[in-house]
Amino acid sequence: MKQQKRRVRVMVAKPGLDGHDRGARIIARAYRDAGFEVVYTGLHQTPEEIVEAAIQEDVDMIGLSSLAGAHNYLFPAVVQLLRERGADDIVVCGGGIIPEDDVEKLKAAGVKAVFTPGTPLDQIVKWVEENVSPRS
Amino acid sequence: MSSIAEKVVAGDIRTVARLIRDIDDGMPEVREVLKELYPHTGNAYIIGITGSPGVGKSTLVDQMVGHLRQRDKTVGVLAVDPTSPFSGGAILGDRVRMQRHSMDPGVFIRSLATRGHFGGLTQSTRSAIDVLDAMGKDYVLVETVGVGQDEVDVVRSAHTTVIVVIPGMGDDIQAIKAGILEVGDIFLINKSDREGADKTVSDLRLMIEMDQKKYEEGGWKPPILKVEAVFDKGIDEFLEAVDQHAAYLAKTEGGLDFRGNRNKVREELREMVKARLLEEALDRLTKSGEFDRAVELIVEKKIDPYTACEDLVLPVSKQ
Ligand code: B12
Ligand SMILES: Nc1nc2c(ncn2[C@@H]2O[C@H](COP(=O)(O)OP(=O)(O)OP(=O)(O)O)[C@@H](O)[C@H]2O)c(=O)[nH]1
Ligand SMILES: [Mg+2]
Repeated sequence: MKQQKRRVRVMVAKPGLDGHDRGARIIARAYRDAGFEVVYTGLHQTPEEIVEAAIQEDVDMIGLSSLAGAHNYLFPAVVQLLRERGADDIVVCGGGIIPEDDVEKLKAAGVKAVFTPGTPLDQIVKWVEENVSPRS
Repeated sequence: MSSIAEKVVAGDIRTVARLIRDIDDGMPEVREVLKELYPHTGNAYIIGITGSPGVGKSTLVDQMVGHLRQRDKTVGVLAVDPTSPFSGGAILGDRVRMQRHSMDPGVFIRSLATRGHFGGLTQSTRSAIDVLDAMGKDYVLVETVGVGQDEVDVVRSAHTTVIVVIPGMGDDIQAIKAGILEVGDIFLINKSDREGADKTVSDLRLMIEMDQKKYEEGGWKPPILKVEAVFDKGIDEFLEAVDQHAAYLAKTEGGLDFRGNRNKVREELREMVKARLLEEALDRLTKSGEFDRAVELIVEKKIDPYTACEDLVLPVSKQ
């Protein structure tokens, strides 16, 4: 049981009925290539399912992907449920097709960062490295 | 009992999840917790599921969970996926097939990466199984890709080891023969909706029957069953075979209690001692600077690596 350096564990989740999973898969791969352990939940998850899975998996961050327009409801719902479960040490970020006006609203609701199409993967990975640390 | 152990026994999800992370990360504090949990273990039935990538292991585990829940049994799942040797990261995707159970309080699912475990994947997974056992799960299902020896060892430490193959895996079956045929208690031909399932059954049967010795000693004869995990077909028959294997095990030394079987205890303890000795010794040699000094001496051609190794090991082993 040699102590290893704690590995960052993240979850990439697709909330709601949105079936666009290309972006989520690309992000999952970029995270893996950066040395993170990435739990992928697959499509069509409710906020409740995402939060429960994140707790069972003891992840440090949840990354939500939405291209179908329901982010204003789904992303804050995840943040809120984490609070209710006393698990708000888990950082939430997100990405997808999200209008600029909504980005500010989501941040105000507790989503730490939002990445829209065209964001280079390096930047997305770097943000995690700078803002998410494996829990002590 | 410490509050962590108490919460685990009470089934607190967050505590269990965090403890498994600490085990995986090799935090020394967990040893005390594992000692406290030990008296609460030994009640779960452990099933290991292995097979080549993509044969349908996760889909099968998902259906097993469904059927076991119908029987009112609680279930823990440990799904192991490979760590990328390049980055050290991993995509843990088994959960995708099992997410329908995530809201069920009778089910706990955890994804693990193989990492490059110092103490061995087997050891950390074994400890994670103990945790799920102590939290009161009736069944613990462990999924690994059956490629490396480590992964095979993991499922071997289960009560029942299930090897999953698919029709038309001619060459793969040869590969299985070399490595894991001996450890299979039940063989499943998944995706039997595809052509060639019967041929695969007879190929496998032939290979298993060549393993004559085992049966002459009154051993367990591994059944070969056809299933279609994605269509939920054949799962009840499969779980019946698991029950039969459990009944067979109950009549062997120690019965269903791993830690009542001398061979199994010997094997487990040997692994634990090996890992701990290595850890403590390397730790000491690194801290004292002896290790790095030896490296220098070898590089400067003042000593050969064999002598260096001896110089390092002999004083430690004599203590
Ligand atoms: C490919 C595509 C499809 C494919 C999806 C294939 C798949 N499995 O993913 C198919 C053909 C199936 C499809 C179907 C539909 N689509 Co479509 N589709 C697209 C398209 C052209 C590209 C999306 C894509 O894959 N981009 C590439 C990836 C890599 O980019 P990305 O997902 O945006 O990810 C980047 C960032 O957003 C961010 N990011 C994304 N997620 C995350 C998560 C985290 C954690 C982080 C950190 C970052 C991050 O990082 C990525 C890299 O920079 C877009 C238009 C567009 N230009 O975006 C429309 C689009 C998304 N589709 C749209 C629509 C309407 C549909 C359909 C409803 C019907 C239709 N009109 O075709 C169906 C519904 C499908 C369903 N079940 O939900 C609309 C959505 C409109 C809206 N938001 O209201 C779009 C915007 C087209 C449009 N302008 O109308 N689609
Ligand atoms: N035709 C058919 N497809 C199946 C069956 N069972 C599973 N599959 C499909 O096989 C694919 C792989 O299934 P998984 O359950 O992810 O396989 P796995 O063995 O867990 O894969 P890894 O964990 O990546 O090694 C999925 O697309 C499943 O839907 C089956 O009985 N018949
Ligand atoms: Mg799998």
